[in-house]
Amino acid sequence: MRAPGDKSGLKAGDTLLAVENVSLTFGGVKAISEVSFDIRKGEIRAIIGPNGAGKTSMLNVVNGFYHPQHGRITYKGQTRARMKPYQAASQGIARTFQNVALFRGMSTLDNIMVGRTLKMHRGLFWQMLRFGPAMAEEIEHRRVVEDIIDFLQIEAIRKVPVGKLPYGLQKRVELGRALAMEPELLLLDEPMAGMNLEEKEDMCRYILDLNNQFGTTIALIEHDMGVVMDLSDRVVVLEYGHKIADGTPDVVKADAKVIDAYLGIERGVSGPSQESEAT
Amino acid sequence: MTLLYSIFVDPFVQMVQMPDLLAQTLWEGLVSGVLYALIALGFVLIFKASGVFNFAQGIMVVFSGLTLVGLYEKFAAAGFSGPLAAFTALALAVLVMLILAMVIERTVLRPLVNQPDIILFMATFGVTYLLIGFGEMVFGGDPKQMITDQLFLPRGAYDVAMLGGHVSFQKIDIAATVIASLMIAGLAIFFQKTRIGRALRAVADSHKAALSVGISLNQIWVIVWFAAGVVALVTGIMWGARSDVSFALQIVALKAFPVLILGGFTSVPGAIVGGLIIGIGEKLGEFYWGPLVGGGIESWLAYVIALLFLLYRPQGLFGDKIIERI
Repeated sequence: MRAPGDKSGLKAGDTLLAVENVSLTFGGVKAISEVSFDIRKGEIRAIIGPNGAGKTSMLNVVNGFYHPQHGRITYKGQTRARMKPYQAASQGIARTFQNVALFRGMSTLDNIMVGRTLKMHRGLFWQMLRFGPAMAEEIEHRRVVEDIIDFLQIEAIRKVPVGKLPYGLQKRVELGRALAMEPELLLLDEPMAGMNLEEKEDMCRYILDLNNQFGTTIALIEHDMGVVMDLSDRVVVLEYGHKIADGTPDVVKADAKVIDAYLGIERGVSGPSQESEAT
Repeated sequence: MTLLYSIFVDPFVQMVQMPDLLAQTLWEGLVSGVLYALIALGFVLIFKASGVFNFAQGIMVVFSGLTLVGLYEKFAAAGFSGPLAAFTALALAVLVMLILAMVIERTVLRPLVNQPDIILFMATFGVTYLLIGFGEMVFGGDPKQMITDQLFLPRGAYDVAMLGGHVSFQKIDIAATVIASLMIAGLAIFFQKTRIGRALRAVADSHKAALSVGISLNQIWVIVWFAAGVVALVTGIMWGARSDVSFALQIVALKAFPVLILGGFTSVPGAIVGGLIIGIGEKLGEFYWGPLVGGGIESWLAYVIALLFLLYRPQGLFGDKIIERI
């Protein structure tokens, strides 16, 4: 596999993505209020928080599915108010989804090949002929896809329609499709949800390998605290759309607000939800 | 008893006794089946990629044929006629279908994205009547002759002595079958093997996943509507060459509905097989069973077949079975 994303000229540790004072509302419901955080190149950044905290909304803002009403997002030094998913993808942001979103009728191979869409440039005419430059292009991209299939150890299911695969493998294929885009920033929405221990360990290994070997920057949402604390370099904690903590796993783990949010000791169970409705 | 005999035995006796007539009927059924399949294919293309049931597909067949002939007539009136003019008109008609696809994407699909399906369906009704009005305004409402000779489409028929009699093959029917088959094969390669075809299938499966890998929905919609427009143009030329180009053709286009019910709304092979079953079924029905009820079966038999299918196999022969988790 090729090492993705050295095009930006950013060094490891530089800010790749900065989110500043972002607010997102749906009708009267505030999904995200005034959240700021950054993602540095080459790190694994976790976003955690209880259900409904706005984590997935945050990822949707970053890859252009949602357009925040307020705030600024700076990616690779460019600040933008709104960005389309197409633009986000072409600038190297790839993602997976909480409830696997695959092309169910297509094979594993085709699913991952679709991830190469933006990398392929030959016109329709050549593609139809399947000849000359178009054929060479197809072969070249097929090779990249085969590397990804090797990396994820899914050789055996190359030709199987993904709708027939078990959940854990579907998640792996989805990761493969995101990798096919050679992303600079990889957004993973609960990559380990619903997996058994063995599958979780595999997934952790892929994430660490990607980060170590290829320097891919990864932002992930995860509920398994053990995984989060082991994998990530820094953690941001959201609750009811607000940021309540940000820092290394050790700092976050010791934060009183975080302990409250997860265990609900001091303010009681109903306290915070009434508070958020009032805003 | 005689009634049962004439329904269940007599037609088959006739088929065996006069195989040349059977062959003739089957051939005619095959040809109209292929043309039904082409119309249905236009529906399937759009339904697969944008989830819109495009009621306007039938009128697109008429409109594209009318544009071709109408443009040629305008050229001829200006003293520019012959094959060169015909092919210029053909190229322009393709261009018109591209512009139509872009206009529909911009003014209908994009503003209505994420609306319920029924709203988009109703919008295609609007497109239908707009195209009828626009076509009549520009090219007039009279039936027109298809410019078969200028497009080098053959005329006449081959009479083949076979099976103890004669079977006549219209040359235009042979041409229609060949061209339709090539077109279907081309579309199959396009869908299965090219980057854009893969992107089309991806969009059909999941919008949000397609967006996340950088596929532009707007671009895909323009491409499918354009592809459906080109299919409509070819269908328009072939139907037009067999009868004439008039708005009455959209009644024929309605036959695509039973074809789709048979084949499934999402399946390209289904559209082809469904088209052949309907085409051959109604010709056989008309010829062998029609006389029992005084003829005229051909115009409604397809719908009865479709109704039976709806009762026993609502997803069609090849459609995806919808299983809801509850």
